[in-house]
Amino acid sequence: MTTPLLEVDCVSAGYGAVQALSDVSLQVMPGEIVTLIGANGAGKSTLLMTICGSPRPRAGRIILGGEDITGEATHLTMRRGVAQSPEGRRIFPRMSVQENLLMGAQALVKGDPTPQLEQVFALFPRLKERLGQRGGTLSGGEQQMLAIGRALMSKPRLLLLDEPSLGLAPLVVRQIFGAIRQLNESTGLTVLLVEQNANQALRLAHRGYVLVNGRITMEGVGHELLARPEIRDAYLGGGHG
Amino acid sequence: MRLQLALKDASIGAVVAALLFIPLVALRTDVGSAGALVLRYRWADAAILIGLVFLGRLALVLWTGRTGLRPSTSAGPWTQRLQQAGRLAAPAFLAFALVLPAIPGIDRYWLDLGILVLTYVMLGWGLNIVVGLAGLLDLGYVAFYAVGAYSYALLAQYFGLSFWVCLPLAGILAAFWGVLLGFPVLRLRGDYLAIVTLAFGEIIRVVLLNWVSLTGGPNGISGIPRPSFFGLPFSMAGGEGTFAGFFGLEPSSTHRVIFLYYLILALALLTNWVTIRLRRQPLGRAWEALREDEIACRALGINVTVTKLTAFALGAMFGGFAGAFFATRQAFISPESFTFIESAIILAIVVLGGLGSQIGVAVAALVLIGGTEIFRDLQEWRMLVFGGAMVVIMVLRPRGLVGTRTPSIALGKRRAIDGKLVGEGHG
Repeated sequence: MTTPLLEVDCVSAGYGAVQALSDVSLQVMPGEIVTLIGANGAGKSTLLMTICGSPRPRAGRIILGGEDITGEATHLTMRRGVAQSPEGRRIFPRMSVQENLLMGAQALVKGDPTPQLEQVFALFPRLKERLGQRGGTLSGGEQQMLAIGRALMSKPRLLLLDEPSLGLAPLVVRQIFGAIRQLNESTGLTVLLVEQNANQALRLAHRGYVLVNGRITMEGVGHELLARPEIRDAYLGGGHG
Repeated sequence: MRLQLALKDASIGAVVAALLFIPLVALRTDVGSAGALVLRYRWADAAILIGLVFLGRLALVLWTGRTGLRPSTSAGPWTQRLQQAGRLAAPAFLAFALVLPAIPGIDRYWLDLGILVLTYVMLGWGLNIVVGLAGLLDLGYVAFYAVGAYSYALLAQYFGLSFWVCLPLAGILAAFWGVLLGFPVLRLRGDYLAIVTLAFGEIIRVVLLNWVSLTGGPNGISGIPRPSFFGLPFSMAGGEGTFAGFFGLEPSSTHRVIFLYYLILALALLTNWVTIRLRRQPLGRAWEALREDEIACRALGINVTVTKLTAFALGAMFGGFAGAFFATRQAFISPESFTFIESAIILAIVVLGGLGSQIGVAVAALVLIGGTEIFRDLQEWRMLVFGGAMVVIMVLRPRGLVGTRTPSIALGKRRAIDGKLVGEGHG
C-alpha cells in the first residue's frame, strides 16, 4: 500500500467557542480525486482551511507526503506543493487575467512560468482569449476557471478545490468538472474537492467522504455512496432524483 | 419645461446656500473697543454668494438639461488625452520641472513654491506605496516625515554628521519605524488600521513635544546645518572653499534654493522610479494583490507578513528622506510641522490623484499645494477654495483624477483598466 499524499488524522478545529470539526480523519492517495460533501455549515471549508494552517487544529495531525505539517503557516504549506482555489473564487478583480495567473506562480515557482501558462490555456482556452481583461469583468464560470488556473500555476502536487460549482449554471459546472477530470487523468494530479453539489461531485470523484456537523459519517467509493439511500435522501432531493 | 426645472433647482440650491451662508458669512463677531464681542452683519456678502449659487445652478441646468453633474470614473475627455499622451505628459512635466529654475522670471518665490510642491509630490508618492498599491489605509504617515526630519536634526546636532550621511540614515530609521508600526497592525484592515495608524502619528508627535531634553519640545530644533554641494558650502562670503568661489560665480542666495530644488526633484524622482520598477516586480504585484484580496494572497503562498511590512518600510523610508530634506531646507523644525493635518493633506493628494496612479498623485499635489499658494491673495477664502476643489474633484471623478489602472504586465498591447469597472476599494 502506498502512503497517502494527504492524511488528516483525528483533527478537531474551530473558531472561538465554536467547534467546527470533531475528530475528522481522511486520506487522499496520490492520483486520486477525493470529494468531501456535506450541507451548509457542516465544516467542509473549515477542514480545507485547517489543512492550509488557518485555523490551527486543536487536536490531531495533518500529514502531507509523510511530513507532519500540523499548524504550519499557510504560505509554507503552499510551498510544499499544495494549491487552493478558495471558496468564492477570490480572484483579484482589478488585475488582468494574466496578472492573476502570474500571481499564482510568483511565490512558488522559480524561473519562467510559461509552461504552466500553456498548460492552463490548454485546459481553459477561454482564459487565453481574456488575457488582458480585468478579472472582475469575467463571468462566474470564467472566474472559476481563472481561480483553478491560478492555483495550477504553482505546479501543485495536491489541488484543493472549495465549492467550484458555487453559483454556476449546470452546463458550466459540467465543463469545470470535466476539466478537473481531464487534469487528473492526463497529469495524475491529486484533487481534494469540497462540494455541496453531491451528485456531480460523487460522479467525478474516486472516493468520497460525507461530513455532518463536523464529523465524518460515511465514506466510500464515489458511485457506491451515490447509490446509498441516505445520501440520496439527504443531498439529492429526497430520493426522487 | 427646462426653464421651469432650472428655476426650481436653482431655488433649492439658493435655499441650501442661504442656510449655509447666513450663519457662516452674514453673521460675524468682532472684538469691540471695550473688549466685548460685537455682532456685525454682512448681508451683502451673503446675498452675493447666494445669488452666485442661484445663477450657477440656473446656468448649469439650462446648459446641460440635467440637475446635478454626472460623475465619471472613466477616462474622461481630458484624462483620456492625459492617458493617451501619458508617454508625452509625464516627460513634459519632467522637462518643465527640470528647466523651471532656468526660466526667466522665475524668482525665489516660485522656486520655493516648486520645492514645496515637489516635497508633497514625494510624500504623495511615498504614501501611494502604502495606500495606493498595498491598500493599507495609513492616517499617520506624517510620523515618518517627522522621524526623518528629527533624525537628521538630532544626528547633526549631537554628532555633527553632515546631510549626506544623515539622508540614508534618516531613511533607514524611518523604515525601521515603519516596520515597528507594521507589526502590531498586521491583522488589521480598513477602519481599524486607520485608527491605529492615526494614533501612531499622534504618539510620535506627542513624544517629540514632551521629550524636551532631547528634542527641545515645543521650541523645536534650530540651526540645523544646510546641505553642502558635495562638500562645498553655500556661503555669501564667496571664499575659496565655497560653491560660488569654486565655480567662479557671483555669490547669491539663489544658488542654495536652486540646489534644494534639484535635490527634492531628484529625491521625488527616485521615489517614482523605485515605485514604477517595483510595480513590475513580484513584490509590487504582491502589494496590489494584497490590496485586492488578502485571503487569496495567502492561498497562493504569498507571505502576507513580509509583503505588508515591506510596503510600510518602503513608504516610511521615502517619508524619512522627505523629512530629512525638510529639516535641512527649513533649518528649523518643531513638532508643530507634523500634525495630523499634514497626514490628511498627503492622503488627500493620494486619493484625489487616484489611488495607485503616479501621474495622478503629481497632478493632485500640484493642484492642492500649488493651488492654495496661488490663491493666497484670497486670504480667508483660501481654505474654502481648497475644500471646494476637493469636493468638486470627488463629485466629478469619484476615483480620483486618474482612476484607471494599467496592468503591470501584458503580452499584447497594454490596456488601461477603466475606473468604471474598478470595484470600490475596501482597504
